[in-house]
Amino acid sequence: MHFEALVEVRLRPGIADPQGQTIERALPALGFEGIAAVRTGKAIRLSVEAADEAAARRRVEDLCQRFLTNPVIEDAVISLEPLSPLERQ
Amino acid sequence: MTTRVGVVLFPGTNCEHDVIEALARLGADASLVWHGERSLGDVDAMVLPGGFAHGDYLRPGAIARFSPVMGAVSDFAAAGGPVVGICNGFQVLTEAHLLPGALQKNAGLRFLCTPVDLEVASDRSVLTAGVEVGRRLRIPINHFEGNYLCDPATLDELRAEGRVVLRYVDNPNGSVDDIAGIANAAGNVVGLMPHPERASDPLLGSADGLVLFAALLASAGAGVSR
Repeated sequence: MHFEALVEVRLRPGIADPQGQTIERALPALGFEGIAAVRTGKAIRLSVEAADEAAARRRVEDLCQRFLTNPVIEDAVISLEPLSPLERQ
Repeated sequence: MTTRVGVVLFPGTNCEHDVIEALARLGADASLVWHGERSLGDVDAMVLPGGFAHGDYLRPGAIARFSPVMGAVSDFAAAGGPVVGICNGFQVLTEAHLLPGALQKNAGLRFLCTPVDLEVASDRSVLTAGVEVGRRLRIPINHFEGNYLCDPATLDELRAEGRVVLRYVDNPNGSVDDIAGIANAAGNVVGLMPHPERASDPLLGSADGLVLFAALLASAGAGVSR
């Protein structure tokens, strides 16, 4: 089976995010009030072949641990969706 | 006997010739080692110079860590060989788990390219052996991701074991404990954000970087029987 994975790489809680802070500071100047806790990250999409969803998740988790994130500063949220043969084209 | 230094060239490295020039000035025989090599040849020390290895895609050092040469660099380090990572090279060494912690975006979110004052914080490393602790060195930095951080337990360990090698006098990037450079437990693997090769001649504004390279060559020379 094929799955589409969306990996959201986020800075771990407590890790300073100067990019997010800069965006947050710019908001009032643009007229956006009442927005807080801006945090930036990365989104990575990939398709993965595996026997079932649990196996696909394990593969992507391993990929995140060893490559897509730096566990010292980042963690990842993984969403998986089965891909139909039509969508794969 | 001439000390032989291998200088790793990843695609995107851009400080390799400056490092070779600075080392040659001190009488070393420095030459390039392509990142695709699986063997380092006959070297007494290795330097991972600055630049943007593999374009810094994903994270600085994240892809360089998987370059074939890194297996040989790890083996060399495990055998006690001196390994120094400068700037991007430091980032590669943390990603390769040869040094602890990580380098985050600068606190001020600016790329910094400026001379800074450093203080030698420990002489228990191949890059500072024989250099007086407390000595001030003026060496340029040139980085966007130079904000060193690690978990509190690692920081305690680094401090207790004299593994914080260099500190900024006036912290430019938000690094924890003003850290500019650290060493591994054995002291033979060192990473630093400042560029000693850019302070290797009075014409460049400072020759203080030669103090560090001279210490490296002395450390490497002392280990020739290895």
